[in-house]
Amino acid sequence: MPREIGKHYKEILKQYIQKQDEKDLYAGQKFSREFIEKEISPEEVIGIHKSSLMELLPETSDQIWHSFDFLIEMMIHYGLALQEHQSLILKQEELAMEMKIAAQVQNSLLKTKVPSFKGLDIGFITVPAKQMSGDYIYFLNDDSNYASVAVADVIGKGIPAALCMSIIKFGMDSMQYENPSPNVVLEVVNRIVEDNIDDSMFISMFYGKYDAEKSIFNYGSAGHEPALLYRAKTGKFVELDAEGLLLGVQRNIQYEERSVQLEDNDFIVIMTDGVTETRTEQGFIEEQFIHAILESVKDEPAQKIADTVYQRLGELQNFQLRDDFTIVIFKKNER
Amino acid sequence: MEYGSSVEINTEWDIVAARQLGRNEAKKIGFGTVDQARITTAISELARNIYLYAGMGRIEITCILQGQMKGISIIASDEGPGITDVRKVMDDGFTTSGGLGAGMPGVKRLMDEFNIATERGVGTTITAIKWLR
Repeated sequence: MPREIGKHYKEILKQYIQKQDEKDLYAGQKFSREFIEKEISPEEVIGIHKSSLMELLPETSDQIWHSFDFLIEMMIHYGLALQEHQSLILKQEELAMEMKIAAQVQNSLLKTKVPSFKGLDIGFITVPAKQMSGDYIYFLNDDSNYASVAVADVIGKGIPAALCMSIIKFGMDSMQYENPSPNVVLEVVNRIVEDNIDDSMFISMFYGKYDAEKSIFNYGSAGHEPALLYRAKTGKFVELDAEGLLLGVQRNIQYEERSVQLEDNDFIVIMTDGVTETRTEQGFIEEQFIHAILESVKDEPAQKIADTVYQRLGELQNFQLRDDFTIVIFKKNER
Repeated sequence: MEYGSSVEINTEWDIVAARQLGRNEAKKIGFGTVDQARITTAISELARNIYLYAGMGRIEITCILQGQMKGISIIASDEGPGITDVRKVMDDGFTTSGGLGAGMPGVKRLMDEFNIATERGVGTTITAIKWLR
């Protein structure tokens, strides 16, 4: 095969030496692709060039031929660098494949079931910025009158963040039959995070628990983005925030718990900072911008509200998310 | 039917002597210019490793025959510290990024066969073969 290529190369070279026509150069350019496809190394190319010339211009002085040997020597490392580059690309593809599988494992590991509840409409969306997410939603509902949700955000993205998620999940699982209140959940999870996760990793978390009987929403926050409450009656937004440090900072921390009474068609929006810190070329978006989006779909079902916020904010950044994006909607229906 | 000769590696100049020996052998066996350059580069890398990491050692060049096949074998041996993590040494990007040259993966690519025998505190023997096509 190299002999065939050598013959072909010699022909093109001959044409060019005789006429210096642009079309011969174009032929050469196309031919170089063949070199690459057939994995012919740079030193080999010079070798082919040299032997073609020896046949085409046999009168050339020996000094010139020696210079080609020197050039071949010079090209050996380029050839090796190229091969190394190709092998690293292959490795990178393998890694990407592993990441994809890891993301699937993460998805099935962290899967959570949305409670189906009379009087409460729940919608959510979570989209990772990279393959693996550092945002996490955990729903809890034990057939009683309570529907709970945790929205957590590991400070950081990618694999390290994703690995931390499982700790939260198992922490929450351990409490699932106790139906604890938000401040207790945050205290317990904080202890688990502090004991098990590297000191440089912090997690923010919002925990809400809805009592369907009384239409009361109890909540606590570990340094998380405040949630928003939309009051259907007044058409106004209220921030839901509570005192509490990020998870994993200190071992024994008390978390404040607050509550709010929901009226029909009120809805609560729990987000991660991937939503509130959406950036465009002009900088961060205004809070009012999110309010306006929410208001425009206030009469829609919870899922539609969540999807619309993602759609609109995603469009702003061409769906190239800088941070994991998570939003959960709790909407009170008429019973 | 096999014959060979060797060069002791003690100084950087011995690397050149090893290259010269390898080139002469390669030429005699019938390798073309490009393969000669590959073989000498491999020898260069192996000799340089001895010089840098073991201080002293040997490069042995042998013409080998196997049935219809003819080739050249390079044996680089030293009684240096040995290689602790062979897998790491064979990893792309491990040596090249340090600017030390093509490293062991490079030698492996330049040749057809490649083998490392190493023991900590005892030394290292690397055998590399290239066949004439």
